[in-house]
Amino acid sequence: MASVKDYKDVVGTSVIEELYAVGEKAGALKIQHVNSTAVGGGVAEILTRLVPMMRELGVDARWDVIKGGEKFFAITKKMHNALHGVPETFTQDEWDHFIEVDRDNARQMNFENDVVFIHDPQPIGLVEERTHLNNKWVWRCHIDFSEPRENVWLFLKDYIERFDGAIFSAPAFSRPLKTRQFLISPSIDPLSDKNRELDDEYVRSIFERFEIDIKRPVITQISRFDYLKDPVGVIKAYKLVKRYIDCQLVLAGGGATDDPEGEKVLADVRNAADGDNDIFVLLLPPSSDLEINALQRGSTVVLQKSLREGFGLTVAEAMWKGKPVIASAVGGIPLQIKHKYSGILTHSIEGTAYWMKQLINEPSFARELGRNGREHIKQNFLITRHLREYLLLSLSLFHDKDIVYL
Amino acid sequence: MTPTPFEFKSRLILTELLGRRAATLPELMDGIRGVPLSSIYHHTHRFLQQHHFLSPEPPNDFAYWVTNMLNEDVAGEMLASIDVTQFSRLSDLRLRFLELLEGYIKGADHRIGGRCPEGEEFHFMSSRIFVVPTGKAASSVAEFKEILKTVSIHSIYFHMFEAKLRLEKGDNDFSTWLRRAGRESEADQISKLDPYTFTLEGLREKIINIIAD
Repeated sequence: MASVKDYKDVVGTSVIEELYAVGEKAGALKIQHVNSTAVGGGVAEILTRLVPMMRELGVDARWDVIKGGEKFFAITKKMHNALHGVPETFTQDEWDHFIEVDRDNARQMNFENDVVFIHDPQPIGLVEERTHLNNKWVWRCHIDFSEPRENVWLFLKDYIERFDGAIFSAPAFSRPLKTRQFLISPSIDPLSDKNRELDDEYVRSIFERFEIDIKRPVITQISRFDYLKDPVGVIKAYKLVKRYIDCQLVLAGGGATDDPEGEKVLADVRNAADGDNDIFVLLLPPSSDLEINALQRGSTVVLQKSLREGFGLTVAEAMWKGKPVIASAVGGIPLQIKHKYSGILTHSIEGTAYWMKQLINEPSFARELGRNGREHIKQNFLITRHLREYLLLSLSLFHDKDIVYL
Repeated sequence: MTPTPFEFKSRLILTELLGRRAATLPELMDGIRGVPLSSIYHHTHRFLQQHHFLSPEPPNDFAYWVTNMLNEDVAGEMLASIDVTQFSRLSDLRLRFLELLEGYIKGADHRIGGRCPEGEEFHFMSSRIFVVPTGKAASSVAEFKEILKTVSIHSIYFHMFEAKLRLEKGDNDFSTWLRRAGRESEADQISKLDPYTFTLEGLREKIINIIAD
C-alpha cells in the first residue's frame, strides 16, 4: 500500500508538507470511524485508505464495522432508498429492530476516543452512547440527501442533531439543522489498483479476457447493480446509439454485503440486454480493481447514468484517467463535471444517447474534455485533500473561532 | 534596513454549509443580508481557490448564479463587475452587493422574483480558515524573493488575499513587509495589483518580477 510520501509525484511537495503539518497538530487525537461494511461500496473503499494514512501522519486512528442480519440490512436499504426520495413505508417493528441492532452493537464496542465519525445511517443510533462520554461525535453522510422522504428524515434528524457536526458531500444536501454542517467531498486514490497507471498491454489483455473488441468503440458504466444507477436506462441509450454506430456496451460492477437487492437488478439487466452479443454484463468479485481500472482506460466513453447519487466516485475515477465522461446531473456529479468543459451532464436517456454519438464521432472534443477533467480531479478530488479535511474537521471541533491558528 | 523576518504562512480551508438556500433574487438578498461575513468572503473567493489553474477567473458565486440560474444577465454582470480589490472590509463589500441588487430591482423593466429551476438553488456556505506555518522565513529581500519561488500557492493566496480582506489588515502582507524593509516602490506596485485577474501561479511570477534583485 502506498505511503503518504508516495503522493508527492502526483500532487506536489507542498501539498504533502501541509499534510504533515496538519498531522502534527492532529497527532494528539484518537479518531474512530464506524460504518456498516468492511468491503464493497465507496465508504469501505475510502476508509481502507484513509485510516492507514491517518496513522502514518501520527494520528491514532481506528475503524470499526457494525454487524447486522438480513433483516437489519433490508431495513437500511429501504432507508437508503427513502433518503434518495423513493417512497417506502416502515413498520414500528422495523424502526425498533433498527434501534435494537445499533444498541446491540454499541454494547460490544468501545467509543473512548476523542472524535467518533459515524458513517451513513446504518450505525447512526450509536450516538446514544455519547451521553456517557466526553468526546466529539460527527455524522458523515455519503448519500444524496436532497429530497429525503419525510418519515425517514424525521427519524434520522432526531439522531443527527445529537452530533457535534454533520458532513455532507454536496451543498444541496445541506438542510436547516441545529448541528453545524460541513462540506467534504469524497475522493479517489490515484495510487490504488483502481486508479494507478497501467500499461497498454495489460489493458488489452483484460479486454481479451472478457472478449470485448478494443478496436471498436466501447461505452462503459462501472457501478454496482442497483436501480438507482439506472443500468436498464443505459441499455436503452446504447440501443439508440447502436442504430448508427457499431459500438459495444460494458456494464460492470460488484455487489456489497449490505445490498440485498443486487441479484434482482442483475436479472433485470440481463433481461434488458436480450442476448445482444455486444452488451457485456460483468458481475465482478470484490478483488477486481485492476480489471475495473483497465476497463475504464480501454473505453471510448464512460457513463454514469445514475438517477440518484451520493457523490459518484466512479465519475472522478474515469475523469482521472482522462476519459470523456457522460453523467447525470445528480448528487455530487455537477461538482465534478462542468458541462462541456470537463465532461457532459445529461438529464435523460435520449440526451445521454445524443452525447454518446457526439463523443464517439468527435474524438478531439472528447480528448479535450478528458484533459480538463483530469486536471479538475487533480486539484479537488484526490485522497490527499480528503485526508486533510478530515484532520482539519477533527481539529476544528476543539476551536470556536472561524480563523484557527495551528 | 533589516525588518523582523517575514514568516511565510499557509492557509487551509474547511467549508461549512449554512443550511440556507435561495431560489429568487429577493431570497438571495435576504441571505446576503443575514449570513456571517465569512460567507460573503467564501462566495467571492471560492472560484479562485477551486479553479486557480483557470484564467480568467469566473466571477463571484452570486454573479454566476444570478446569470446562469435566474437568467438575469444584467444583474449578473453588475455583480460580476464589483471590484473586490477596492474593499478592505467585508461589511462594505456586503453592502455593495445589496445596494447594486436593490438598485437593479427598483429600476428593472420586468417583474423580479422568478424562481430558479428546481435543484439549482443557491446554497450559502462559509469557510473556516486554518493558518499553518510553512517553516520558511526570510531575513532579507533576497531571501524573500527566493522563498516566493518555491512556497505553495496557498501561502501566496493567504498573504495576498486573506490578509487584506478576511483578516482586514488593509493591505497585503508582502507589501507591508517590503515597506518596512525600505522597498516602498515595490511595495506600492504589489499593493496596486488587481490579484483577482491572475491565476495564482501568474500572480507569483508577477510579484517575483516586481521585486528587484
